[in-house]
Amino acid sequence: MKKPLIGVLALQGAVQPHKPHIEAAGGEFRAVKTPVQFDEVDGFILPGGESTTMLKLIDNFGLWDSLARNFAEKPVWGICAGCILIAEKVSNPAQKSFGLLPISVERNAYGRQLESHQVEITGYPVSFIRAPVITNTGEGVEVLATHDGDPVWVKKGQAMASTFHAELTLDFPSPMHRAFVEMVKKRA
Amino acid sequence: MTKTKPTSINLKTGLAEMLKGGVIMDVVTADQAKIAEDAGAIAVMALERVPSDIRAAGGVARMSPPELVESIMKSVSIPVMAKCRIGHFAEAQILEAIGVDYIDESEVLTPADEDFHIDKQAFKVPFVCGAKNLGEALRRIGEGAALMRTKGEPGTGNIVEAVRHLRQINRDIKRLTVMDDAELMTEAKNLGAPYELVKMVKAQGRLPVPNFAAGGIATPADAALCMQLGAETVFVGSGIFKSDNPSQFAKAIVKATAHFDDPKMVLEASRDMGGEAMRGVAIDTIAEGMRMANRGW
Repeated sequence: MKKPLIGVLALQGAVQPHKPHIEAAGGEFRAVKTPVQFDEVDGFILPGGESTTMLKLIDNFGLWDSLARNFAEKPVWGICAGCILIAEKVSNPAQKSFGLLPISVERNAYGRQLESHQVEITGYPVSFIRAPVITNTGEGVEVLATHDGDPVWVKKGQAMASTFHAELTLDFPSPMHRAFVEMVKKRA
Repeated sequence: MTKTKPTSINLKTGLAEMLKGGVIMDVVTADQAKIAEDAGAIAVMALERVPSDIRAAGGVARMSPPELVESIMKSVSIPVMAKCRIGHFAEAQILEAIGVDYIDESEVLTPADEDFHIDKQAFKVPFVCGAKNLGEALRRIGEGAALMRTKGEPGTGNIVEAVRHLRQINRDIKRLTVMDDAELMTEAKNLGAPYELVKMVKAQGRLPVPNFAAGGIATPADAALCMQLGAETVFVGSGIFKSDNPSQFAKAIVKATAHFDDPKMVLEASRDMGGEAMRGVAIDTIAEGMRMANRGW
């Protein structure tokens, strides 16, 4: 069977750290930043980075429509900034988003970098870095993990989101990458 | 999953991962910070004066006033960095108390200590530091820097020094990777760098923390050049707000950085500059004692 091709949106942010995780989970990695490349991949990871910046770049480079069309058909995993981009509702400050997951997200809810921390999620060490908080989950959203009572890893249909970074841990693959590559395989 | 306890990239470096592939812009007012954010900057450096003005003003350049840093922090949602003087740990403590996202222990300001850099391990806030070569980079990382950048020659709009520093670090790393293990201690001694870090660089073939370019970047082509030479993000200081049309210019630099490996996009960015770049200064017209890259060790 052909390996699922996972496109990591590479406008900015933590792109390369996903490569060994995706490969160890049985997928193929590609950094993508143009509409032609978006059409070629089987699933998307929207990586950690600065959500405000990514949003500006998507707009300034005219990529919104092409991404929205692809997101409607393919599995998408939004991480930290990426989670903010695919949430239905964003606060602190409010900003537009692709609305793929019926969740509400508050930006930088743990404060600035000084408040970033490391914890274990489902027995795997991950990092929260200027992380958003999922303040509300809508109907049908499956909560895969919580931290301090807040959902931190959620899924509905073809959309998955996490507020933490599994890609920075050097033990390949992370359970989250494994789960996502499986989602993409199922579809492909 | 393996049973061994997984090692993770140091958390302070984690934030630096989030800053990769972008542009960090020097700003001196909240309005400039907004322009930078709208143009797609991934972070701003809050300053009282940009390097070219610091150069022109002379005298002692210190940490920016807290009110200025705070007003910039309030005006944007992207990370905010601020500079302290080399060795001035009390300035760093103030910046940490303000809650900035990163501290740049910077040669752009007048050094406070000619012998010692700040013990950055003692801080929770991550630090960025400048380096001209691998030895200097590893000394700073040994002290706890989470992110490195080239020194370049700030405030000149002249890319030559940043290129020199990028190439030098690349060359130093390449040389290490082909060395016999028996040579490493002597190499550590020659570099003046911690042995453990030297071993790590040999094993990984790269710096243990991200390396960004800074100092003299004045055009979209400069940004693309640095990215192709292996920089993972670019700092643009005087270049943006000393250009004819800062907003458009900032957007052009961002575009060229994101698409650094696509000449057609860099060409588009170069057409979209909205006017001329800053004028620039030839390095050999700056007296040796006035060169910022020579500060620190």
